[in-house]
Amino acid sequence: MQRAGLILTTKKNPMRQNRHRTSKKQLQLKGVPAAPGIVIGRVHVFGTEELMPPKRNIAAEEIPAEIERFKKGLAETKKEIIEIEETISREMGVEHGRIFSAHLLVLEDVVLVEEVIARLKKKKRNVESIFAEVLNKYIDVLSDAKDEYLRERVSDITDVGKRILRNLMGGRRDSGLEDLSEKAIVVAYDLSPSDTAMMHKGRVLGFATDIGGRTSHTAIMAKSLEIPAVVGLENVTDVVENGDRVILDGMHGVVIVNPTKRFIEKYEKEKKRYESIEKELVELKLLPSETLDGEKVVLAGNIELPEDVASVLSHGAEGIGLYRTEYFFMNRRDLPSEEEQFNAYKSVATRIKPYYVIVRTLDLGGDKFLSQLDVPREMNPFMGWRAIRFCLARPDIFKTQLRAILRASAFGNLKLMYPMISGVEEFRQANAVVEEVKTDLKKQGIPFNENIPIGAMIEVPSAALTSDVLAKEAAFFSIGTNDLIQYSLAVDRVNEKIAYLYEPTHPAVLNLIKLIIDNGHRENISVGLCGEMAGDISLVMILLGLGLDEFSTSPIAVPEVKKIVRSVTRAQAKDIAEKVLGMQTGKQVQQFARAKLKELVPDVAGEWSEG
Amino acid sequence: MGIIEKEVVIRHKTGLHARPAAVFVQVANKYDSKITIIKETQEVNGKSIMGLLMLAAEHGTRVTIIAEGKDARAAVEELAGILLAEGGADFDDKEEPHETE
Repeated sequence: MQRAGLILTTKKNPMRQNRHRTSKKQLQLKGVPAAPGIVIGRVHVFGTEELMPPKRNIAAEEIPAEIERFKKGLAETKKEIIEIEETISREMGVEHGRIFSAHLLVLEDVVLVEEVIARLKKKKRNVESIFAEVLNKYIDVLSDAKDEYLRERVSDITDVGKRILRNLMGGRRDSGLEDLSEKAIVVAYDLSPSDTAMMHKGRVLGFATDIGGRTSHTAIMAKSLEIPAVVGLENVTDVVENGDRVILDGMHGVVIVNPTKRFIEKYEKEKKRYESIEKELVELKLLPSETLDGEKVVLAGNIELPEDVASVLSHGAEGIGLYRTEYFFMNRRDLPSEEEQFNAYKSVATRIKPYYVIVRTLDLGGDKFLSQLDVPREMNPFMGWRAIRFCLARPDIFKTQLRAILRASAFGNLKLMYPMISGVEEFRQANAVVEEVKTDLKKQGIPFNENIPIGAMIEVPSAALTSDVLAKEAAFFSIGTNDLIQYSLAVDRVNEKIAYLYEPTHPAVLNLIKLIIDNGHRENISVGLCGEMAGDISLVMILLGLGLDEFSTSPIAVPEVKKIVRSVTRAQAKDIAEKVLGMQTGKQVQQFARAKLKELVPDVAGEWSEG
Repeated sequence: MGIIEKEVVIRHKTGLHARPAAVFVQVANKYDSKITIIKETQEVNGKSIMGLLMLAAEHGTRVTIIAEGKDARAAVEELAGILLAEGGADFDDKEEPHETE
């Protein structure tokens, strides 16, 4: 998916937005899931009103005192920001704290300060109104900038601006999130990192914002604070008012405004289910992931950011089956350095130890693009210049990543995997680049794991069909079903018109998966699956029966998959898989699989379905 | 008191916004000299992050750095260095800076 998250697409000046009254009809909004959990409660709109402070004329004699007040306000704000920076750096890591250094620069900006003072002398008005006026001038210009990075600075400037105004107006923090008077779901155009960090955990049930993506700081902080959140809703601030009742589903990225009784009941049930699973998870976490007859299956998690490791472990996964590395490269202009990548890989490898982590090399193209590269637009991007093809054509980028991965391999159980391998030649070419990097590292005396296992992601039908050859050279396979399905069924997975054709249970797909597993096992290598399919609870038994060794899913799906694995014997699963392989359509398979799930694991099957 | 002036083509991949702008301002503020940046007809204070952001100088933009003061020469050298650092892989042009002192 393209997560256009961090881009401020609207030209709305966050300091000047208006809210419209709306009817009380139920309304469902879809955004980006930022932190899991379901909450139902009243809305507290996190206001920006304070940024339009009242205007008051002052006498000429009052000017020096007013300037003095301004300087005092700045000094107080500076102290505050330094304190927050220290707290956040200590509690959440230096990289989060660093945002506030930029805030200090704005605060101490000579031009800004001088302009405020000059205008104040000329217009003879209270400093709050003058300051807001000057700041708004800058924000308007930046909000209209062509460059997304400039537009993003708006939220930094707004954040500092608010803080300064709050201090100027006597340090009142009436709309501050630190002291909400009652429990509420906070709705805002955007929440600055400092707003998020200061949330009173007990009072903020959850939050929803107009802008932001999964990797925005706000989303990352919500996850570490364990506050359910949905971001990137685009217009949630336009449709809600203080006191409105909303349901916020942080797992599916859904916000339902003024829900009907039926929806509230449905979500209350789902909330209970989620919470009981969370509780059960604690117990389940300690139990081994094995079938009723004691056959061990590896359940691993998929991650995108080092921060996700915590969730992998808390959900009882034993390893990371897919560490996507694209996020380093997106939403930024410069390329990530070797050091930056090394630090991230090392941090993941150390924290997941003794379990393994499979790092997938850069999988750009298709629907994910580098912001800084002018990759030509393609008619057929999924089949174009992407993933390993791109990396082989750009050894500079590829080698930097490989060096970082290899260096990190000295610190834990790290495996390497190439995406979109189409045949053994490509696999060998990539290996040759790895060898070059290894030689360089050796020459430089830099430690790394010389026997790092290198596997292939099997997601192209040609690789699946020649997996017998690949299995002789790869250390492991990981089946990437999202692409395997779209390539083998010729269904563009981003085209909604043909979404009905996207069938994981299609006999063609199941037969390819069986072939890959069988070929892998013939050469004694482990075969995992890291697509969405691994977390599809109705399909777990089929995959188990086909002989899959490792399921890698989003961490929250791990407990359910474990429960299913623990409810069947391998023989039962094999029987199910055999029956399924004899079926003629995907629908038949699906119905059969659901019925079996209901029969064998009734409390997981549930009546819950999305939407 | 000297006035040192240098024209450079910004080579930093992200232009003069975001992180490089912050670094630029931090460095500029170390010097006593008055620092001015000129892009076409626009002139801003090189010690101001707001000023630099307003300049919206992208990769490939030609700007002039002017420093006035005792430490002008050192200031211009270091600041030009920031704009000329590539800050990422090299994608295209290799235009050389030239001095117009």
